[in-house]
Amino acid sequence: MPSLRAARPRYGEAVIKILLMLAAVISIVTTTGIVISLVEETIEFFGEVGVGDFLFGTEWAPLFEPASFGVLPLVLGTMVISFIGMLVAVPLGLGAAIYLSEYAHPRVRKTIKPILELLAGVPTIVFGYFALTFFTPEVLRGLFGFDAAIFNGLSAGIIIGFLIIPTVASISEDSMRAVPQSLREGSFGLGASKLQTTLRVVFPAALSGIVASIVLGFSRAVGETMVVVIAAGLSPQWGANPLEAMETMTAFIASTAKGDIATGSIAYKTIFAVGTALFVITLIMNLISIRFVRKYRQVYE
Amino acid sequence: MTTAQQAVGRASTSRRAKDLGFRLAMLVCLGLAMLLLGVLLVDVAADGAGNLTWNFITSFSSIDAGQSGIQAALWGTIWLMGVCALFIVPVGVATAIYLEEYSDNTKWWNRLIELNIQNLAAVPSIVYGILGLAFLVRGPLSLGPVILAGGLTLGLLVLPVVIIAAREAIRAVPPSIREGSMALGATQWQTIWRQVLPAAVPGIATGVILALARAIGETAPLIVVGAATFIAFNPDSLNSLFTAMPIQIFDWISRPSNDVNDYRPLAAAGILLLMILLLAMNSLAIWLRNRYEQKW
Repeated sequence: MPSLRAARPRYGEAVIKILLMLAAVISIVTTTGIVISLVEETIEFFGEVGVGDFLFGTEWAPLFEPASFGVLPLVLGTMVISFIGMLVAVPLGLGAAIYLSEYAHPRVRKTIKPILELLAGVPTIVFGYFALTFFTPEVLRGLFGFDAAIFNGLSAGIIIGFLIIPTVASISEDSMRAVPQSLREGSFGLGASKLQTTLRVVFPAALSGIVASIVLGFSRAVGETMVVVIAAGLSPQWGANPLEAMETMTAFIASTAKGDIATGSIAYKTIFAVGTALFVITLIMNLISIRFVRKYRQVYE
Repeated sequence: MTTAQQAVGRASTSRRAKDLGFRLAMLVCLGLAMLLLGVLLVDVAADGAGNLTWNFITSFSSIDAGQSGIQAALWGTIWLMGVCALFIVPVGVATAIYLEEYSDNTKWWNRLIELNIQNLAAVPSIVYGILGLAFLVRGPLSLGPVILAGGLTLGLLVLPVVIIAAREAIRAVPPSIREGSMALGATQWQTIWRQVLPAAVPGIATGVILALARAIGETAPLIVVGAATFIAFNPDSLNSLFTAMPIQIFDWISRPSNDVNDYRPLAAAGILLLMILLLAMNSLAIWLRNRYEQKW
């Protein structure tokens, strides 16, 4: 009687599976590495600087004498610039998504989407150059005159907004297209117009994806480095005047790391402390966004 | 005409106007995003075109702006992309195969790996720079700010892009192919190696090129890792100090310019060269996708 059982155990297959799994574990090692490297130096940092002074201090001057380590000006700078970015990216990104999903001819959509992807692929240093050499002098100074400093938060924020439009537009468009056609037809059947259907049926049905896109866009804005380093200046500001120079968390890390700093110095440790703050803020937003994306996928796919 | 028809007629005129207005507003949103991209490309091209000469490509960086070129940075970038590709292709494809073909989604550790990759894709790039600085350049491996450290940092940064693209390509191969192969007596690995992977190669290649296109423009992690800004030699091994195109461009942007030495045109020329490389890579990816896309 022939048997369907394997003739002999296949050790090779088992070895391959283990090798593949090891590759998959590299991503876990990466995250662990990020957390360990941040936490280790951050703990040392708090050996020298009080936690309260860091979290609630309003003056950031780590490299001066006497040094002062209040992170709030950096957080405020980051939030003001990211918020300006969202004011640009949310309406324009959602508008583009609605047009592409609900109105555009399939052929138009097929041409426009790769162009939007191209916009997403432009290196951020190019946006930074554009903000500093074109947007600030030509556009902002045209509007505000010399009230706009050559390095300012507004220019960086607006350009970051354009930078994250593709993020917001593409996830929102995906989630709106995932709304079943029958919902739209039902709405039309009840006599609703296209506008009503889009705003009151499609939009709410796709809301979780739209929220995900906005949160992820915000996370990208917070983590964006080159545009702010180049265009927003490097002076921490405890105030929210976007026409003046501002410093963000990412800009501080990049500008401090640029000089060759000694391992173990307080400057070296501040990079990690600020990095931890940045990592925690973006981690929370990423997890919220992933959760919302799953929600819309579960409902319609 | 009955009153009912009149009512419908009137209502629909105003409704149509509103519909049209809304549609136009949405179109304007899309148009503004495109407009900025257009202005940006034209501005960069106009600033850079006159300075992108053969001399610029074959000269090293110099204090004298007129003599300066991007050669060392160009070769640095080529070396970085090589290291990055050698790292992301095997690791990314192996991870994708594991997640698509082997992993059991009901196990918590497999779900953790997936969640982790999704999060890694959205971690700010500068944080990868910190990881590279703490683990590769200093700390445990202490490689120093060399090609290997820079290339691996960029590799870790774009690994999620490759994994996600490779998974989609593998998922697109229909189960019937696998079942046919297994029914003929092939083992699981034989099926993957000889049937699934060959069918998924175009999608994987597209993903790898797009990942490299992202890595080539990354500046922030390389700044933190400690890429040099002023280097007048090409890298010759994995242990060479290096500079890269975006780093060199950033250096030119942030160097104070005066009447004698204006570095801005150099930055513009560098950006133009970078954009041309990117456009070539993206076109190759799109061509690959269209040329070899399989409809099952």
